[in-house]
Amino acid sequence: MGKRVGIEVSLAVSHAVMLADVDVIAAYPITPQTHIVEHLSELVADGLLDAEFIPVESEHSAMSTSVGASAAGARTFTATSSQGLALMVEIMYIASSLRLPIVMAVANRALSGPISIWNDHGDMMLSRDTGWIQTVAENGQEVFDLVLHAYRVAEDPRVMLPMIVNLDGFTLSHMIEPIEFLSQEEVNKYLRPYRAPIRMDPENPITMGPVGMPEVYTEAKKAQDEALKNSKKVIIEAWKEFGDLFGRYYSPVETYRMEDAETAILILGSLAETAMTAVDKMRDKGKKVGIIRPRLFRPFPADEIVEAVKNVKNLAVIDRAVALNGMGGPLSFEIRSVLYDANLHPYLKNYIAGLGGRDVTVDDFSDIVSDIESCAQKGVKPEYTIVNVRE
Amino acid sequence: MIEIRLHGRGGQGGVTSAELTALAAIEEGKYAQAFPSFGPERRGAPVMAFVRVSEERIRTREKVYEPDVVLVLDPTILKIVPVTSGLKDTGTLILNTNLPPDEIRKQLNTKVRLALVDATKIALDILRLPITNTTMLGALIKATGIVSPESLEAPLRERFGPIAEKNIQAFKAALEETVIIEE
Repeated sequence: MGKRVGIEVSLAVSHAVMLADVDVIAAYPITPQTHIVEHLSELVADGLLDAEFIPVESEHSAMSTSVGASAAGARTFTATSSQGLALMVEIMYIASSLRLPIVMAVANRALSGPISIWNDHGDMMLSRDTGWIQTVAENGQEVFDLVLHAYRVAEDPRVMLPMIVNLDGFTLSHMIEPIEFLSQEEVNKYLRPYRAPIRMDPENPITMGPVGMPEVYTEAKKAQDEALKNSKKVIIEAWKEFGDLFGRYYSPVETYRMEDAETAILILGSLAETAMTAVDKMRDKGKKVGIIRPRLFRPFPADEIVEAVKNVKNLAVIDRAVALNGMGGPLSFEIRSVLYDANLHPYLKNYIAGLGGRDVTVDDFSDIVSDIESCAQKGVKPEYTIVNVRE
Repeated sequence: MIEIRLHGRGGQGGVTSAELTALAAIEEGKYAQAFPSFGPERRGAPVMAFVRVSEERIRTREKVYEPDVVLVLDPTILKIVPVTSGLKDTGTLILNTNLPPDEIRKQLNTKVRLALVDATKIALDILRLPITNTTMLGALIKATGIVSPESLEAPLRERFGPIAEKNIQAFKAALEETVIIEE
Protein backbone atom coordinates (compact mmCIF):
# COMPACT_ATOMS: atom_id res chain seq x y z
CA MET A 1 0.00 0.00 0.00
CA GLY A 2 0.96 3.60 -0.47
CA LYS A 3 2.18 5.97 2.17
CA ARG A 4 -0.15 7.58 4.73
CA VAL A 5 0.45 11.31 4.69
CA GLY A 6 -1.07 14.40 6.26
CA ILE A 7 -2.07 16.75 3.49
CA GLU A 8 -4.61 19.38 2.58
CA VAL A 9 -7.36 17.64 0.64
CA SER A 10 -7.08 20.06 -2.31
CA LEU A 11 -3.43 19.11 -2.75
CA ALA A 12 -4.36 15.45 -2.60
CA VAL A 13 -6.71 16.08 -5.55
CA SER A 14 -3.80 17.60 -7.47
CA HIS A 15 -1.65 14.63 -6.55
CA ALA A 16 -4.28 12.19 -7.83
CA VAL A 17 -4.51 14.17 -11.07
CA MET A 18 -0.72 13.94 -11.40
CA LEU A 19 -0.83 10.18 -10.83
CA ALA A 20 -3.52 9.98 -13.53
CA ASP A 21 -0.89 11.52 -15.80
CA VAL A 22 -3.25 13.98 -17.44
CA ASP A 23 -2.25 15.70 -20.67
CA VAL A 24 -4.11 19.00 -20.39
CA ILE A 25 -5.31 21.12 -17.48
CA ALA A 26 -7.36 24.22 -18.30
CA ALA A 27 -8.56 26.18 -15.32
CA TYR A 28 -9.45 29.51 -13.89
CA PRO A 29 -8.93 30.07 -10.16
CA ILE A 30 -11.98 30.44 -7.95
CA THR A 31 -12.36 29.98 -4.21
CA PRO A 32 -12.49 27.42 -2.64
CA GLN A 33 -11.19 25.35 -5.55
CA THR A 34 -8.07 27.52 -6.05
CA HIS A 35 -5.52 25.33 -4.25
CA ILE A 36 -6.23 22.40 -6.57
CA VAL A 37 -5.18 24.12 -9.80
CA GLU A 38 -2.58 26.25 -8.04
CA HIS A 39 -0.79 23.09 -6.94
CA LEU A 40 -1.21 21.50 -10.36
CA SER A 41 0.46 24.51 -11.96
CA GLU A 42 3.37 23.99 -9.53
CA LEU A 43 3.58 20.29 -10.37
CA VAL A 44 3.71 21.15 -14.08
CA ALA A 45 6.23 23.99 -13.55
CA ASP A 46 8.43 21.70 -11.43
CA GLY A 47 8.45 19.10 -14.19
CA LEU A 48 6.71 16.49 -12.04
CA LEU A 49 3.70 16.36 -14.35
CA ASP A 50 4.18 16.42 -18.11
CA ALA A 51 1.04 18.31 -19.10
CA GLU A 52 -0.11 21.46 -20.82
CA PHE A 53 -1.34 23.84 -18.14
CA ILE A 54 -3.55 26.38 -19.87
CA PRO A 55 -4.48 29.39 -17.75
CA VAL A 56 -7.63 30.85 -19.26
CA GLU A 57 -9.57 34.08 -18.85
CA SER A 58 -12.81 32.57 -17.54
CA GLU A 59 -14.47 29.31 -16.59
CA HIS A 60 -16.38 29.39 -19.87
CA SER A 61 -13.00 29.24 -21.58
CA ALA A 62 -11.74 26.61 -19.13
CA MET A 63 -14.57 24.30 -20.14
CA SER A 64 -14.28 25.20 -23.83
CA THR A 65 -10.56 24.47 -23.74
CA SER A 66 -11.24 21.20 -21.94
CA VAL A 67 -13.70 20.24 -24.67
CA GLY A 68 -11.12 21.00 -27.36
CA ALA A 69 -8.37 19.12 -25.57
CA SER A 70 -10.53 16.10 -24.88
CA ALA A 71 -11.81 16.08 -28.45
CA ALA A 72 -8.20 15.93 -29.61
CA GLY A 73 -7.76 12.80 -27.48
CA ALA A 74 -6.03 14.34 -24.45
CA ARG A 75 -6.69 13.20 -20.89
CA THR A 76 -8.12 16.42 -19.49
CA PHE A 77 -8.73 17.90 -16.07
CA THR A 78 -10.32 21.05 -14.75
CA ALA A 79 -11.77 22.23 -11.46
CA THR A 80 -14.11 24.94 -10.30
CA SER A 81 -16.73 26.10 -7.78
CA SER A 82 -20.03 27.95 -7.65
CA GLN A 83 -20.23 30.90 -10.08
CA GLY A 84 -17.37 29.36 -12.04
CA LEU A 85 -19.44 26.24 -12.56
CA ALA A 86 -22.41 28.40 -13.47
CA LEU A 87 -20.33 30.02 -16.21
CA MET A 88 -19.27 26.58 -17.45
CA VAL A 89 -22.74 25.14 -17.71
CA GLU A 90 -23.33 26.15 -21.33
CA ILE A 91 -20.30 24.16 -22.44
CA MET A 92 -20.84 21.34 -19.93
CA TYR A 93 -23.92 20.28 -21.89
CA ILE A 94 -21.77 20.18 -25.01
CA ALA A 95 -19.02 18.14 -23.32
CA SER A 96 -21.49 15.48 -22.27
CA SER A 97 -23.32 15.34 -25.58
CA LEU A 98 -19.99 15.04 -27.40
CA ARG A 99 -19.22 12.16 -24.98
CA LEU A 100 -15.90 13.64 -23.92
CA PRO A 101 -14.40 12.02 -20.81
CA ILE A 102 -13.27 15.22 -19.08
CA VAL A 103 -12.82 14.92 -15.32
CA MET A 104 -13.60 17.91 -13.12
CA ALA A 105 -13.30 18.44 -9.39
CA VAL A 106 -15.94 20.74 -7.95
CA ALA A 107 -15.19 22.22 -4.53
CA ASN A 108 -18.82 22.81 -3.67
CA ARG A 109 -19.77 26.36 -2.81
CA ALA A 110 -22.95 28.37 -2.50
CA LEU A 111 -24.28 30.28 -5.48
CA SER A 112 -24.67 34.06 -5.42
CA GLY A 113 -26.43 36.08 -4.18
CA PRO A 114 -25.71 37.26 -1.72
CA ILE A 115 -22.14 36.46 -2.65
CA SER A 116 -20.88 33.59 -0.54
CA ILE A 117 -17.57 31.84 -0.96
CA TRP A 118 -18.59 29.20 1.57
CA ASN A 119 -19.81 25.66 1.29
CA ASP A 120 -23.16 24.30 0.28
CA HIS A 121 -24.42 22.19 -2.62
CA GLY A 122 -26.00 24.92 -4.75
CA ASP A 123 -23.46 24.38 -7.51
CA MET A 124 -23.84 20.59 -7.47
CA MET A 125 -27.58 21.00 -7.91
CA LEU A 126 -27.10 23.56 -10.67
CA SER A 127 -25.13 21.03 -12.70
CA ARG A 128 -27.25 17.99 -11.87
CA ASP A 129 -28.89 17.68 -15.30
CA THR A 130 -25.90 18.51 -17.49
CA GLY A 131 -25.35 14.86 -18.37
CA TRP A 132 -22.14 14.49 -16.38
CA ILE A 133 -21.59 11.50 -14.12
CA GLN A 134 -21.20 12.77 -10.56
CA THR A 135 -19.79 11.30 -7.39
CA VAL A 136 -19.75 12.99 -3.98
CA ALA A 137 -16.91 12.47 -1.51
CA GLU A 138 -17.15 12.21 2.25
CA ASN A 139 -13.49 12.64 3.21
CA GLY A 140 -10.06 13.28 1.78
CA GLN A 141 -9.30 9.63 1.15
CA GLU A 142 -12.45 9.29 -0.85
CA VAL A 143 -11.69 12.40 -2.89
CA PHE A 144 -8.27 11.02 -3.80
CA ASP A 145 -9.71 7.63 -4.75
CA LEU A 146 -12.70 9.05 -6.62
CA VAL A 147 -10.52 11.20 -8.89
CA LEU A 148 -8.69 8.09 -10.09
CA HIS A 149 -11.98 6.21 -10.34
CA ALA A 150 -13.40 9.05 -12.43
CA TYR A 151 -10.79 8.63 -15.18
CA ARG A 152 -11.29 4.87 -15.15
CA VAL A 153 -15.04 5.24 -15.63
CA ALA A 154 -15.21 8.28 -17.90
CA GLU A 155 -12.77 6.85 -20.45
CA ASP A 156 -14.26 3.35 -20.49
CA PRO A 157 -15.34 2.76 -24.11
CA ARG A 158 -18.75 1.65 -22.78
CA VAL A 159 -19.18 5.02 -21.03
CA MET A 160 -17.35 7.95 -22.67
CA LEU A 161 -18.92 10.65 -20.52
CA PRO A 162 -17.48 13.53 -18.52
CA MET A 163 -17.40 13.13 -14.78
CA ILE A 164 -17.46 15.38 -11.72
CA VAL A 165 -16.00 14.55 -8.34
CA ASN A 166 -17.73 16.75 -5.76
CA LEU A 167 -15.99 17.69 -2.54
CA ASP A 168 -17.32 20.13 0.03
CA GLY A 169 -15.57 23.48 -0.29
CA PHE A 170 -13.50 24.48 2.76
CA THR A 171 -15.09 21.81 4.97
CA LEU A 172 -13.19 19.26 2.93
CA SER A 173 -11.06 21.15 0.41
CA HIS A 174 -9.15 23.11 3.07
CA MET A 175 -8.88 20.31 5.63
CA ILE A 176 -5.57 18.73 6.49
CA GLU A 177 -6.11 15.07 7.24
CA PRO A 178 -4.43 11.70 6.76
CA ILE A 179 -4.70 10.19 3.30
CA GLU A 180 -3.16 6.97 2.01
CA PHE A 181 -1.56 7.76 -1.29
CA LEU A 182 -1.10 5.26 -4.07
CA SER A 183 2.19 4.96 -5.89
CA GLN A 184 2.53 5.54 -9.62
CA GLU A 185 3.05 1.79 -10.13
CA GLU A 186 -0.19 1.06 -8.30
CA VAL A 187 -2.14 3.67 -10.24
CA ASN A 188 -0.73 2.29 -13.49
CA LYS A 189 -2.36 -1.04 -12.66
CA TYR A 190 -5.71 0.71 -12.46
CA LEU A 191 -5.54 3.37 -15.16
CA ARG A 192 -4.46 2.49 -18.68
CA PRO A 193 -3.23 5.20 -21.05
CA TYR A 194 -6.20 6.92 -22.68
CA ARG A 195 -6.96 6.04 -26.27
CA ALA A 196 -9.83 8.09 -27.65
CA PRO A 197 -12.01 5.94 -29.93
CA ILE A 198 -12.76 8.97 -32.10
CA ARG A 199 -10.72 12.15 -32.01
CA MET A 200 -9.99 15.37 -33.81
CA ASP A 201 -7.06 14.67 -36.10
CA PRO A 202 -5.89 16.92 -38.97
CA GLU A 203 -4.83 13.80 -40.89
CA ASN A 204 -8.31 12.31 -40.66
CA PRO A 205 -10.73 15.21 -40.45
CA ILE A 206 -14.14 14.63 -38.91
CA THR A 207 -16.96 16.91 -37.75
CA MET A 208 -17.85 17.01 -34.07
CA GLY A 209 -20.89 18.77 -32.73
CA PRO A 210 -22.88 19.54 -35.87
CA VAL A 211 -26.44 20.79 -35.70
CA GLY A 212 -28.98 18.18 -34.61
CA MET A 213 -31.88 18.47 -37.00
CA PRO A 214 -35.31 17.43 -35.71
CA GLU A 215 -34.72 14.11 -37.48
CA VAL A 216 -31.80 13.22 -35.16
CA TYR A 217 -31.99 15.35 -32.00
CA THR A 218 -34.39 13.02 -30.18
CA GLU A 219 -32.29 9.97 -31.04
CA ALA A 220 -29.12 11.78 -29.92
CA LYS A 221 -30.67 12.61 -26.54
CA LYS A 222 -32.04 9.08 -26.17
CA ALA A 223 -28.56 7.70 -26.85
CA GLN A 224 -27.04 10.07 -24.29
CA ASP A 225 -29.63 9.14 -21.67
CA GLU A 226 -28.97 5.44 -22.25
CA ALA A 227 -25.23 6.06 -21.99
CA LEU A 228 -25.64 7.76 -18.63
CA LYS A 229 -27.92 5.01 -17.31
CA ASN A 230 -25.62 2.28 -18.57
CA SER A 231 -22.61 3.91 -16.99
CA LYS A 232 -23.75 2.69 -13.58
CA LYS A 233 -22.58 -0.87 -14.06
CA VAL A 234 -19.15 0.37 -15.17
CA ILE A 235 -19.01 2.72 -12.17
CA ILE A 236 -19.68 -0.21 -9.83
CA GLU A 237 -17.30 -2.49 -11.70
CA ALA A 238 -14.53 0.14 -11.50
CA TRP A 239 -15.06 0.50 -7.74
CA LYS A 240 -14.86 -3.27 -7.36
CA GLU A 241 -11.62 -3.35 -9.28
CA PHE A 242 -10.25 -0.49 -7.20
CA GLY A 243 -11.12 -2.39 -4.04
CA ASP A 244 -9.59 -5.63 -5.29
CA LEU A 245 -6.36 -3.79 -6.09
CA PHE A 246 -6.06 -1.43 -3.14
CA GLY A 247 -8.40 -2.73 -0.44
CA ARG A 248 -10.78 0.23 -0.31
CA TYR A 249 -14.23 -0.74 -1.59
CA TYR A 250 -16.88 1.77 -2.59
CA SER A 251 -20.54 1.51 -3.48
CA PRO A 252 -23.19 3.85 -4.96
CA VAL A 253 -24.92 4.31 -1.60
CA GLU A 254 -23.19 4.10 1.75
CA THR A 255 -25.15 3.20 4.88
CA TYR A 256 -24.16 3.65 8.50
CA ARG A 257 -25.80 1.75 11.39
CA MET A 258 -28.91 1.14 9.31
CA GLU A 259 -29.33 -2.51 10.37
CA ASP A 260 -32.48 -1.93 12.48
CA ALA A 261 -32.87 1.83 12.00
CA GLU A 262 -36.36 3.29 12.30
CA THR A 263 -35.21 6.81 11.45
CA ALA A 264 -32.65 7.55 8.75
CA ILE A 265 -30.76 10.69 7.88
CA LEU A 266 -30.14 10.90 4.14
CA ILE A 267 -27.36 13.30 3.20
CA LEU A 268 -24.71 13.93 0.54
CA GLY A 269 -21.09 14.76 1.21
CA SER A 270 -18.73 15.30 4.10
CA LEU A 271 -21.30 16.29 6.72
CA ALA A 272 -22.32 12.64 6.81
CA GLU A 273 -19.32 12.25 9.12
CA THR A 274 -20.73 14.79 11.56
CA ALA A 275 -24.01 12.89 11.32
CA MET A 276 -22.15 9.68 12.22
CA THR A 277 -21.01 11.14 15.51
CA ALA A 278 -24.60 12.25 16.20
CA VAL A 279 -25.90 8.78 15.32
CA ASP A 280 -23.36 7.11 17.62
CA LYS A 281 -24.52 9.32 20.49
CA MET A 282 -28.20 8.66 19.77
CA ARG A 283 -27.56 4.91 19.46
CA ASP A 284 -25.92 5.01 22.90
CA LYS A 285 -29.25 6.30 24.20
CA GLY A 286 -31.12 3.51 22.45
CA LYS A 287 -32.44 5.44 19.46
CA LYS A 288 -32.66 3.32 16.32
CA VAL A 289 -31.17 5.75 13.84
CA GLY A 290 -28.82 5.45 10.87
CA ILE A 291 -27.43 7.28 7.85
CA ILE A 292 -27.90 6.81 4.12
CA ARG A 293 -25.32 8.59 1.99
CA PRO A 294 -25.44 8.46 -1.79
CA ARG A 295 -21.87 8.51 -3.06
CA LEU A 296 -23.12 8.33 -6.63
CA PHE A 297 -25.30 11.28 -7.54
CA ARG A 298 -25.51 10.90 -11.34
CA PRO A 299 -26.81 8.55 -12.53
CA PHE A 300 -29.06 8.57 -9.48
CA PRO A 301 -28.75 5.27 -7.58
CA ALA A 302 -32.48 4.61 -7.25
CA ASP A 303 -32.35 0.85 -6.58
CA GLU A 304 -29.75 1.19 -3.84
CA ILE A 305 -31.73 3.98 -2.18
CA VAL A 306 -34.90 1.89 -2.20
CA GLU A 307 -32.97 -0.99 -0.66
CA ALA A 308 -31.59 1.27 2.08
CA VAL A 309 -34.89 2.99 2.83
CA LYS A 310 -37.32 0.06 2.61
CA ASN A 311 -37.60 -0.68 6.36
CA VAL A 312 -37.37 2.88 7.61
CA LYS A 313 -40.30 4.63 9.31
CA ASN A 314 -38.94 8.18 9.22
CA LEU A 315 -36.65 9.62 6.57
CA ALA A 316 -34.97 12.98 7.15
CA VAL A 317 -33.69 14.13 3.77
CA ILE A 318 -31.04 16.78 4.27
CA ASP A 319 -30.58 19.20 1.40
CA ARG A 320 -27.53 21.44 1.32
CA ALA A 321 -29.19 23.73 -1.22
CA VAL A 322 -32.48 25.46 -1.73
CA ALA A 323 -34.51 25.09 -4.88
CA LEU A 324 -36.53 28.26 -5.02
CA ASN A 325 -39.81 26.75 -6.13
CA GLY A 326 -41.75 26.61 -2.89
CA MET A 327 -41.43 22.85 -2.62
CA GLY A 328 -38.20 22.29 -0.70
CA GLY A 329 -34.72 21.07 -1.53
CA PRO A 330 -33.73 19.38 -4.81
CA LEU A 331 -32.53 16.12 -3.26
CA SER A 332 -35.90 15.63 -1.58
CA PHE A 333 -37.71 15.67 -4.94
CA GLU A 334 -35.47 12.95 -6.29
CA ILE A 335 -35.87 10.79 -3.20
CA ARG A 336 -39.66 11.20 -3.26
CA SER A 337 -39.70 10.25 -6.91
CA VAL A 338 -37.70 7.10 -6.24
CA LEU A 339 -39.90 6.11 -3.29
CA TYR A 340 -43.14 6.72 -5.18
CA ASP A 341 -42.08 4.33 -7.91
CA ALA A 342 -41.10 1.76 -5.27
CA ASN A 343 -44.41 2.23 -3.42
CA LEU A 344 -42.56 3.15 -0.21
CA HIS A 345 -44.10 5.68 2.14
CA PRO A 346 -41.86 6.53 5.07
CA TYR A 347 -42.61 9.77 6.94
CA LEU A 348 -40.34 11.99 4.82
CA LYS A 349 -39.39 15.44 5.94
CA ASN A 350 -36.96 17.67 4.11
CA TYR A 351 -34.43 19.70 6.10
CA ILE A 352 -32.42 22.35 4.30
CA ALA A 353 -29.22 22.88 6.27
CA GLY A 354 -25.73 24.26 6.04
CA LEU A 355 -26.36 26.95 3.45
CA GLY A 356 -23.50 29.27 2.50
CA GLY A 357 -21.11 27.96 5.14
CA ARG A 358 -23.52 27.81 8.09
CA ASP A 359 -22.05 25.12 10.32
CA VAL A 360 -24.12 21.97 10.84
CA THR A 361 -23.24 20.50 14.20
CA VAL A 362 -23.59 17.12 15.84
CA ASP A 363 -26.39 18.60 17.94
CA ASP A 364 -28.17 19.86 14.81
CA PHE A 365 -28.39 16.29 13.54
CA SER A 366 -29.75 15.09 16.90
CA ASP A 367 -32.32 17.91 16.80
CA ILE A 368 -33.37 16.92 13.29
CA VAL A 369 -33.92 13.31 14.39
CA SER A 370 -35.92 14.45 17.44
CA ASP A 371 -37.98 16.75 15.25
CA ILE A 372 -38.87 14.18 12.62
CA GLU A 373 -39.75 11.56 15.24
CA SER A 374 -41.96 14.02 17.06
CA CYS A 375 -43.64 15.24 13.84
CA ALA A 376 -44.26 11.67 12.71
CA GLN A 377 -45.74 10.74 16.06
CA LYS A 378 -48.09 13.72 15.99
CA GLY A 379 -48.96 12.91 12.40
CA VAL A 380 -48.45 16.48 11.18
CA LYS A 381 -48.02 17.14 7.49
CA PRO A 382 -44.27 17.04 6.83
CA GLU A 383 -43.43 20.45 5.41
CA TYR A 384 -39.88 21.24 4.37
CA THR A 385 -37.94 23.49 6.69
CA ILE A 386 -34.76 25.53 6.58
CA VAL A 387 -32.99 24.75 9.83
CA ASN A 388 -31.15 27.16 12.11
CA VAL A 389 -32.68 30.31 10.72
CA ARG A 390 -32.01 33.19 13.09
CA GLU A 391 -35.28 34.91 13.86
CA MET B 1 -9.84 13.36 21.08
CA ILE B 2 -8.13 16.66 21.85
CA GLU B 3 -9.48 19.81 20.24
CA ILE B 4 -7.35 22.93 19.94
CA ARG B 5 -8.30 26.46 18.91
CA LEU B 6 -5.54 28.86 17.93
CA HIS B 7 -5.95 32.62 17.95
CA GLY B 8 -3.66 35.02 16.17
CA ARG B 9 -3.66 37.69 13.55
CA GLY B 10 -3.68 37.03 9.82
CA GLY B 11 -0.09 36.61 8.65
CA GLN B 12 1.32 35.44 11.98
CA GLY B 13 1.30 31.79 10.99
CA GLY B 14 -1.43 30.41 13.23
CA VAL B 15 -2.72 28.27 10.39
CA THR B 16 0.79 26.93 9.86
CA SER B 17 1.02 26.05 13.56
CA ALA B 18 -2.24 24.15 13.27
CA GLU B 19 -1.07 22.34 10.15
CA LEU B 20 2.30 21.37 11.60
CA THR B 21 0.67 19.97 14.73
CA ALA B 22 -1.69 17.85 12.64
CA LEU B 23 1.12 16.69 10.36
CA ALA B 24 3.23 15.64 13.35
CA ALA B 25 0.29 13.73 14.85
CA ILE B 26 -0.41 11.97 11.55
CA GLU B 27 3.29 11.16 11.27
CA GLU B 28 2.96 9.45 14.67
CA GLY B 29 0.18 7.30 13.23
CA LYS B 30 -2.62 9.21 14.90
CA TYR B 31 -5.64 10.80 13.27
CA ALA B 32 -5.78 14.57 12.96
CA GLN B 33 -7.56 17.46 11.29
CA ALA B 34 -6.28 21.00 10.88
CA PHE B 35 -8.30 23.78 9.34
CA PRO B 36 -8.44 27.56 9.23
CA SER B 37 -11.43 29.73 10.04
CA PHE B 38 -12.76 29.55 6.51
CA GLY B 39 -12.90 32.72 4.52
CA PRO B 40 -10.84 35.45 2.98
CA GLU B 41 -7.39 35.79 4.51
CA ARG B 42 -6.92 39.19 6.11
CA ARG B 43 -3.48 40.25 7.25
CA GLY B 44 -3.54 41.75 10.73
CA ALA B 45 -7.13 40.85 11.54
CA PRO B 46 -7.86 38.42 14.39
CA VAL B 47 -8.08 34.92 12.91
CA MET B 48 -8.50 31.40 14.24
CA ALA B 49 -7.30 27.95 13.27
CA PHE B 50 -8.32 24.57 14.61
CA VAL B 51 -6.74 21.19 15.27
CA ARG B 52 -8.19 17.86 16.30
CA VAL B 53 -5.97 14.96 17.30
CA SER B 54 -7.31 11.52 18.11
CA GLU B 55 -6.23 7.92 18.46
CA GLU B 56 -9.32 6.95 16.47
CA ARG B 57 -10.71 8.04 13.13
CA ILE B 58 -12.23 11.51 13.46
CA ARG B 59 -15.82 11.65 12.32
CA THR B 60 -16.98 15.22 12.53
CA ARG B 61 -16.78 18.26 10.31
CA GLU B 62 -18.21 20.80 12.72
CA LYS B 63 -16.11 23.66 13.99
CA VAL B 64 -14.46 23.43 17.38
CA TYR B 65 -16.84 24.94 19.93
CA GLU B 66 -15.56 23.53 23.24
CA PRO B 67 -11.80 23.25 22.90
CA ASP B 68 -9.57 21.38 25.32
CA VAL B 69 -6.78 23.78 24.52
CA VAL B 70 -6.74 27.42 23.46
CA LEU B 71 -3.47 28.84 22.18
CA VAL B 72 -2.97 32.58 21.66
CA LEU B 73 -0.09 33.71 19.44
CA ASP B 74 -0.54 37.43 19.90
CA PRO B 75 -0.92 39.14 23.30
CA THR B 76 -2.63 42.17 21.75
CA ILE B 77 -5.80 40.27 20.91
CA LEU B 78 -6.58 39.27 24.52
CA LYS B 79 -8.57 42.44 25.00
CA ILE B 80 -10.54 42.22 21.77
CA VAL B 81 -11.19 38.49 21.29
CA PRO B 82 -12.97 36.35 23.93
CA VAL B 83 -10.24 33.70 23.78
CA THR B 84 -11.59 31.61 26.66
CA SER B 85 -15.00 31.24 24.99
CA GLY B 86 -16.10 27.60 25.20
CA LEU B 87 -12.80 26.48 26.74
CA LYS B 88 -13.45 23.48 28.97
CA ASP B 89 -12.97 23.98 32.73
CA THR B 90 -10.50 21.11 32.55
CA GLY B 91 -8.76 22.72 29.58
CA THR B 92 -5.51 24.58 29.12
CA LEU B 93 -4.95 28.16 28.03
CA ILE B 94 -1.59 28.74 26.36
CA LEU B 95 -0.57 32.36 26.03
CA ASN B 96 2.21 34.39 24.55
CA THR B 97 2.56 36.96 27.31
CA ASN B 98 5.01 38.72 29.58
CA LEU B 99 2.39 39.21 32.29
CA PRO B 100 2.45 37.25 35.55
CA PRO B 101 -0.16 34.48 36.03
CA ASP B 102 -2.20 36.42 38.61
CA GLU B 103 -2.57 39.31 36.23
CA ILE B 104 -3.71 36.94 33.46
CA ARG B 105 -6.26 35.24 35.75
CA LYS B 106 -7.63 38.63 36.73
CA GLN B 107 -7.72 40.03 33.21
CA LEU B 108 -9.36 36.98 31.66
CA ASN B 109 -11.35 35.97 34.72
CA THR B 110 -10.38 32.32 34.33
CA LYS B 111 -9.32 29.50 36.63
CA VAL B 112 -8.13 27.08 33.96
CA ARG B 113 -4.67 25.59 33.76
CA LEU B 114 -2.29 28.13 32.22
CA ALA B 115 0.85 27.75 30.12
CA LEU B 116 2.67 31.04 29.72
CA VAL B 117 5.68 32.03 27.68
CA ASP B 118 7.06 35.31 26.39
CA ALA B 119 7.16 34.02 22.83
CA THR B 120 7.53 37.47 21.30
CA LYS B 121 10.81 37.92 23.18
CA ILE B 122 12.08 34.49 22.13
CA ALA B 123 11.09 35.13 18.52
CA LEU B 124 12.76 38.55 18.49
CA ASP B 125 15.94 37.12 20.06
CA ILE B 126 16.23 34.14 17.74
CA LEU B 127 14.30 34.93 14.57
CA ARG B 128 14.67 38.72 14.76
CA LEU B 129 10.97 38.86 13.88
CA PRO B 130 7.89 39.02 16.13
CA ILE B 131 6.46 35.91 14.42
CA THR B 132 5.58 33.50 17.18
CA ASN B 133 3.95 30.53 15.48
CA THR B 134 6.83 28.08 15.73
CA THR B 135 7.78 29.36 19.17
CA MET B 136 4.27 28.79 20.44
CA LEU B 137 4.42 25.21 19.16
CA GLY B 138 7.06 24.66 21.84
CA ALA B 139 4.61 25.94 24.44
CA LEU B 140 1.88 23.69 23.05
CA ILE B 141 4.05 20.58 23.27
CA LYS B 142 5.24 21.48 26.77
CA ALA B 143 1.69 22.06 27.98
CA THR B 144 -0.06 19.14 26.29
CA GLY B 145 2.44 16.57 25.03
CA ILE B 146 0.02 16.18 22.14
CA VAL B 147 2.91 15.06 19.93
CA SER B 148 6.56 14.46 20.71
CA PRO B 149 9.00 17.29 19.98
CA GLU B 150 10.86 14.95 17.61
CA SER B 151 7.75 14.42 15.47
CA LEU B 152 7.51 18.17 14.86
CA GLU B 153 11.05 18.55 13.64
CA ALA B 154 10.50 16.92 10.25
CA PRO B 155 7.45 19.02 9.30
CA LEU B 156 9.22 22.14 10.60
CA ARG B 157 12.24 21.41 8.42
CA GLU B 158 10.10 20.72 5.38
CA ARG B 159 8.01 23.87 5.82
CA PHE B 160 10.79 26.32 6.66
CA GLY B 161 13.72 25.07 4.57
CA PRO B 162 16.70 27.41 5.02
CA ILE B 163 15.21 29.12 8.11
CA ALA B 164 14.13 25.84 9.73
CA GLU B 165 17.13 25.72 12.08
CA LYS B 166 16.27 29.07 13.67
CA ASN B 167 12.62 28.11 14.00
CA ILE B 168 13.52 24.82 15.65
CA GLN B 169 15.78 26.78 18.01
CA ALA B 170 12.87 29.10 18.93
CA PHE B 171 10.58 26.08 19.30
CA LYS B 172 13.04 24.44 21.69
CA ALA B 173 13.53 27.64 23.68
CA ALA B 174 9.78 27.81 24.32
CA LEU B 175 9.79 24.12 25.22
CA GLU B 176 12.24 25.07 27.99
CA GLU B 177 10.82 28.39 29.07
CA THR B 178 7.07 27.78 29.11
CA VAL B 179 5.72 27.91 32.65
CA ILE B 180 2.74 25.75 33.58
CA ILE B 181 0.40 26.98 36.31
CA GLU B 182 -2.11 24.37 37.38
CA GLU B 183 -5.68 25.48 38.03
